[in-house]
Amino acid sequence: MDFARDPAILAFQEEVRAVLAEHLTTDVLERVDATGTHHDWGLHRAIAARGWLAAALPRELGGQGRGADQLAALFREVELAGAPYDGMANTMMVAFVLGHLGSAFQRAEVLAPLLAGDAIPCLGYSEPDSGSDVAAAATSAVRTGDGWTITGQKMFTSLAEEARWAFLLTRTNQDVPKHRGLTFFLVPMDDPRVEVRPVRTLSGKRTNITFYDGVHVGDEWRVGEVDDGWQVMLVALAFERGVAGGVSDITALYDAALAHLRDAVDDDGRHLLDDPHVRSRLVRVAIDKEVAELLGDRAAWAAVNGIPNQEGAEAKLFGTEAFGRAAGALLDALGPAGLLVHAALDAPAGGTLEHAYRYAPILTTAGGTSEIQKNLIAERTLGLPRRR
Amino acid sequence: MDLTLTDDQAAVVELFSSFFARESSPAVVRASEALGFAPMLWARLQALGAGAISVGESFGGGGAGLLDAALAVEQAGRHLAPVPLVEHIVTSRLLERVGAADELAGVLERGDPVSLALRPVATTAHLLPGGAVVPTFAALTGERLVLVRSEAPGVPTPNGSGLAVADRSVVDGAPLARGASAVGAHSTAVDEWRLLTAAMLVGLADAALEIGVAYVSERHQFGVPIGSFQAIQHGLAEFPGPVSGARLLVARAAWRADHDENDRLPVDASMALLFATELARSVTSRVLHYHGGYGVMEEYDIQLHYRRARGWPAQLGDPAAELDRVARLLYGPSGGR
Ligand SMILES: Cc1cc2nc3c(=O)[nH]c(=O)nc-3n(C[C@H](O)[C@H](O)[C@H](O)COP(=O)(O)OP(=O)(O)OC[C@H]3O[C@@H](n4cnc5c(N)ncnc54)[C@H](O)[C@@H]3O)c2cc1C
Repeated sequence: MDFARDPAILAFQEEVRAVLAEHLTTDVLERVDATGTHHDWGLHRAIAARGWLAAALPRELGGQGRGADQLAALFREVELAGAPYDGMANTMMVAFVLGHLGSAFQRAEVLAPLLAGDAIPCLGYSEPDSGSDVAAAATSAVRTGDGWTITGQKMFTSLAEEARWAFLLTRTNQDVPKHRGLTFFLVPMDDPRVEVRPVRTLSGKRTNITFYDGVHVGDEWRVGEVDDGWQVMLVALAFERGVAGGVSDITALYDAALAHLRDAVDDDGRHLLDDPHVRSRLVRVAIDKEVAELLGDRAAWAAVNGIPNQEGAEAKLFGTEAFGRAAGALLDALGPAGLLVHAALDAPAGGTLEHAYRYAPILTTAGGTSEIQKNLIAERTLGLPRRR
Repeated sequence: MDLTLTDDQAAVVELFSSFFARESSPAVVRASEALGFAPMLWARLQALGAGAISVGESFGGGGAGLLDAALAVEQAGRHLAPVPLVEHIVTSRLLERVGAADELAGVLERGDPVSLALRPVATTAHLLPGGAVVPTFAALTGERLVLVRSEAPGVPTPNGSGLAVADRSVVDGAPLARGASAVGAHSTAVDEWRLLTAAMLVGLADAALEIGVAYVSERHQFGVPIGSFQAIQHGLAEFPGPVSGARLLVARAAWRADHDENDRLPVDASMALLFATELARSVTSRVLHYHGGYGVMEEYDIQLHYRRARGWPAQLGDPAAELDRVARLLYGPSGGR
């Protein structure tokens, strides 16, 4: 065992920090706050210019072939900085899939502009009647002529307002078990038969409902084989392996809380950091933060070493649940001032903790809810009998 | 960062896991409940050289650091080994730290367990860990570190965790160190105790989780294994992450201490102890609960874990005190602004 940080990773982290320091300006953060769109083209292009959008792709497929530990470091830095990185995450994932499974056409038409940072994709998995049960997608794709006609509705299509394509999960076969009748398409978002309806969420983050009203696409927009969409999904999931998102958010939260509490006083002039309840809460968050980071490191390490396990699920479950506990506890520690949002001039820590409380439920839901992670752990880590 | 065990570390784990599985069976643990000590187990451990594992080679020890000690005692914890191994390791290292070469040589030669009063003492070390059986223990009294050799009472103060705790007088202790160096050396020893006790608790928690998985996979109600009920699956699925997390907290803390990052030990050790304590208590109480009424029957093993999860850390004091301590170390004293 060796807990020393790999110098190559430290150096890469420095590079990422430098890019963030230059491009993650107050203007960017204010715009994200106002629009709820977690994407910034300037920052995104700066990341693209360094080739990091292809960080996960193997070298022989034109990528940088960085290991999961480096990817985890990249996500850690953007999370710590509070950067809007959903566009980066979507792009890296779809680029990873297209690098492995994309046709020559898709590489030229889609992968190239994606990697150049000129376009981003959105992910169309969830639907009104299928969320956790993602394989139950009902949006239909029917063969018409030499192409496909796509009809249906997707929920939570985040970044649809900026995306050039939706990476869309559709049903192409009703007569087989649900996992075997799925097919992926890239659907151009500028098609007049695509409608994007904005949805604001309680943290201010924007997502969308998207409608596909008989959108016609040629067969060249199909990704992977017909009815083989689940295999495509597994490739997409392989990208996420070891890069458990959301494990560093608690670190950012703790740092912000501590920086604020070091000088904060209540109405009677008493230092909050002298209050034993406040101190205990902070220490509990400090411990959970250490554990979340270690589990995140372990997930990356396991992926780099090809150790098949559920480290990612364990890290996500712990880190995101701990974030929720931390947000609530730290907000209480602020007393009535904890009510204040970013827009209030004297909001403690610029409203970070208040925002975290409204953001926490996204972390335990998106990317597979806590219950879905527990199902995985029960099945695969613990080997418990088939569920009732 | 590399979480792979080195060959040497893997050998330590292998050695102690098979040793304790063989020598510290539930039957041995049960048979030792009245005394809180298994003399035969201790003798065999000594024959392995376990007691001196983390004492410097120049003092005739194994020369391994805290990380190897943590890997070894996690296995002791997994099998609830009724021996004061943690106390013995940290006290031996304490003797080495204060340069008490003769005393250490005596300890290594005699082979009896030694222990440590975890809290500063006036005249009596209350509920000394292993106090019922160790002839020798170290204590901080005033600002003097003393080594006491006296006859062990041979019976523990009755307690709920099957521990060999007993009160011992420190009046005739031989001084080893004085002043700040005594206080500092003692404090480091107690931190090492925290860390290694956390390692024991990780082993205990992991074993309890395994017991739980096995039980719910076998026990049927309503015609199906109770482990197929999602409520029970989710109750158990919460734990593998935190068990690994606790193990990593301990391992990293030990690794840092072994790599001269000793200034981090106090915070690291308190964090590890608190996290492992709360984890071990929630795992054991949940798994006991998933045994239904059988969980409270003495013949089921889980009650052994349940009681020790409470008792081991309580020897130091209220675990919530670790919160105050970490706060003081990280944020300064309360009222310090
Ligand atoms: C801000 C945000 C952004 C998102 N962005 C995207 C995106 O870009 N693209 C996209 O496709 N999706 C996106 N999602 C959707 C997200 O993936 C889903 O919300 C998530 O998978 C849960 O699905 P659901 O909302 O339909 O909840 P449901 O699946 O209906 O779950 C409701 C509750 O039931 C529980 N539950 C469900 N199944 C089980 C089970 N088997 N066992 C036990 N409990 C269960 C869940 O844990 C949850 O608590 C986003 C969601 C949010 C909140």
